[in-house]
Formats: sequence, C-alpha cells, structure tokens
Amino acid sequence: MELDVLKQKLLTMASHAETAVNQALQALTQRDRDLALRVKEDDRIIDQFEVEIDELVIQLLTKAPLASNLRLVTTAMKISQNLERIGDEASKIAKRARDLSQEPPVKIVLDLPHMAGLALDMLKGALDAFVNNDPAAARALIPHDKEVDALNKQIHNALVEHMVENPDTIGRCLHLMVVSKSLERIADHATNVAEDVVYLCEAQDIRHTGMKSQAAPPAGV
Amino acid sequence: MAATATNSMTAPTPPTAANVTALTVRNLSVFFGENHVLKDVSLDIAARAVTAIIGPSGCGKSTFLRALNRMHELVPEARMTGEIRLFGDDIYAPGIEPVVVRRRVGMVFQKSNPFPTMSITDNVTVGLRLNGLRDRKLLAARTEQSLRMAALWDEVKDRLNAPAISLSGGQQQRLCIARALAVQPEVLLMDEPASALDPLATSKIEDLILELKKDYTIVIVTHNMQQAARMSDFTAFLYLGELVEFDATRKIFTSPAKKQTEDYVTGRFG
Repeated sequence: MELDVLKQKLLTMASHAETAVNQALQALTQRDRDLALRVKEDDRIIDQFEVEIDELVIQLLTKAPLASNLRLVTTAMKISQNLERIGDEASKIAKRARDLSQEPPVKIVLDLPHMAGLALDMLKGALDAFVNNDPAAARALIPHDKEVDALNKQIHNALVEHMVENPDTIGRCLHLMVVSKSLERIADHATNVAEDVVYLCEAQDIRHTGMKSQAAPPAGV
Repeated sequence: MAATATNSMTAPTPPTAANVTALTVRNLSVFFGENHVLKDVSLDIAARAVTAIIGPSGCGKSTFLRALNRMHELVPEARMTGEIRLFGDDIYAPGIEPVVVRRRVGMVFQKSNPFPTMSITDNVTVGLRLNGLRDRKLLAARTEQSLRMAALWDEVKDRLNAPAISLSGGQQQRLCIARALAVQPEVLLMDEPASALDPLATSKIEDLILELKKDYTIVIVTHNMQQAARMSDFTAFLYLGELVEFDATRKIFTSPAKKQTEDYVTGRFG
C-alpha cells in the first residue's frame, strides 16, 4: 500500500537525519575531519528523500485520501521538510567541526554538550512519537524547546564575552556560535515534528495556540 | 457545536449561520415487509445548506432520502415509524397527501428521466400543468426562471420546443433539476445526481448545487466521497440502516469521531 511506502520512506529519512546530527556532533567533539566531511556528503541522501516523499505525496493526493489518511499524507510532507532542514543544520555543524578540527581548541567552558543532548533527545523523542503514534509523548517534549533556546542564549553571551577578552579566538568562537544556533534550530524542527504528530494522531492543530503541552480532549479516530 | 448520531428524541442540530432547521427527523424507522431498513434515525437538516448522505450500498441512504418526501411509500409493504417535520409541519400527519409533500420536497434521481416525447418546455412545466396551471405567460416565465436556475437556459433557449431526448446526458439531468425547481419546492432531494455523468457534466451539476443552496435546502445521496467533501456542509454516515455519525463535512472527512466512519471514508470497508 502506498501509504505504508510513504511512512517507511519517512522513517528511513528520519533515521538518516538523526544519524547526521549524531555524527556531526561526534565530529565536533572528537575533532574528526573525515567524519565531518562524510556528514556533508550524506546530506544529499536526505535531500533526495525529501524530493521522493514530495513526489509520492503528490501522487497520493491525486487519489484524494480522507480522514487519517489525509492527515498522514499532509503531515508527511511537512515532517520531511523539517527533516531536510535538520539535515542542513547537521551539515552546518559538520562544516564548523571540520574547520575547528584544523585549529587549536578554544579554552572556554560551554554547556554545549548539555544543549546537544537536549536537542538530540527532542529529535529522537519526536521521531519515536511519530513511529509509535504517541501524541502524549510528542506533547511532553515540546516545552523542552524553551530550555534549548535559553542555553543558546547563554552560550551566545559566554562566547561574546570570551571574544571581547580574547580577540585571537574570534574566528573559532564564531564557529561555536553557529553550532549553538544550529542546535537551537534542530530543537525547533523537532518541535515542529512533534506538533505534526499531535495533528496526525488527534486532528488537533496545536501550533500558535498556547496549548502545546496540554492533554487533548477526545478527538478523531 | 458537534452534531453526532443519537437514538434519542433530542437529535443534533448542525451549526449554520441562521441555525434554521428545514427537516427534523426523529426516531425514523422504515420497514419493507419484514425488512427493517432504517433504524431509529434522528437528525436535523439545516435549511439552505447541502447535507450529504454517505454509506455503503444497502445502508439505507436512498430509503432515508425517499422517506423525506414519502416516495418510499411507492414500494409495496413499506411502512415507517417516527416523525419527520418540514419547517415544523408533520409530513406524515393524517390527512396529508403525499403529492403535497412531494411538491414541497422535490426529487432528482440518479438517472436523468425526462419525458422523452415531450419538448424541453413541456418537461419543465409538466408539474405545474398537472397542478392545473394554464396561464401561458406564467408557464413561460416559470420555464425560463427554472432553466436559468438549473444553468441550462443559455444552452437551450433557442430550441425550447426540441424534444428533451435531444439533449446530452448532463443537460438532461439539469433539465430534471429544472423540472423539480419549477414547482418551487422548499427542499431538493438528489439521489446520486451525477453518478452517470462525465467529469465536465458532473462539475456543472456540482456548481449548480452550490448555487442552488442559496435558495434551497439540499439533501444529496452520493457514493463519491470527494463529491460530498467538495459540495456539502454537513454529512451523515449511515451503516446497516443506522446513523453512525452526523457532523460538519470538514469534521467527517478530516477527523471523524467514530471508528466505523473513519474505516469507511478511508476505504477500509464498504
């Protein structure tokens, strides 16, 4: 059934996106230039999935799906777009990891690992919620986006302070700033996916409503 | 306001701008001999809106539609229990003639059925003439008005005396709609009015229905769920003679409340 093919493609794409983020962070922490290059190359696979999923969605829409099928087809298109952007962010991190691996480390204590852990947990949680049709899990992870935003701000401020005091590290600090911003964007995309999962399962659009973490009333099938 | 199926006397009222109910159906059951075809159906049909009736073959859709203008009584051994009110009037009250009900609640059938030997004009005015109207000017005015409302006037105005059979299938169906409109009904019932037509003719009928709902209450039976989604404001899902779910069409086709409805509209059964 084409809907199963669509879901399978989306899951495979999600797995590639999650791997890309993991590997980009690994390249950054382990100063692994080769791994960073590989992440950038593999981004083409994620891009190709986006194109294939769009094609399949358009093909399915010509058959005018309804109810949960309609929700799956429309959310698949949105989720794949978010996954593609996550792939792009992983590429950005990988590019900065590649450049940083060629320079001496910056001597600064940042909460970057904690932030990376949170963003990764959000991404994994959103994808698990999609796989398991679990809107409660999707809702539960959305509030963490604010924590990631706060960490990004904190890291940004710490890097600005460090650059003022150590102008010779400006280039490297700017790389780290981009990494932090990319992690913040990954958390945003994970939030989008979680919101899509809630719509997919409950037919309730919780975007821009201030109801993101609230339990849903009994809704559609 | 959600409108869902119920077996009680308090049926759901679909939300409309004016919230005027054209047809109030309460605990409607229809039997053909021993066969219990419709089971305790209650719902309110909004005025000047399109209500679609969907469900698999044999679920009672057409019987429900026919009960709304007592057409089911043409089947031998047919009987009903419950109540149907048309703008408050009990259409099954003792002394109410079915023919009077059918004048107020018109019907268009799946297969266009113009009188083949009659001209286009005579087809449109047949109901009026049977009711004793003889005024030629009035008949001509009503012919033009009905054909215009059925979006057929421009195509036939130069050959009003041509036989109805000379028209295409889609035109014949619009002629039947004009014929139903000529007696100025309050409600128009349509039993799969576009199922025998090509996509272009279907599109014309659908545009016409959307236009007509400004003045009429329309109830349409359709097997085509995309058609119901395109045209109707409210949708009722019948299954095995029971009303499973009744709600705004958008709700039925994006997030139905009942699993049976979900399974039907996603093609898992039926």
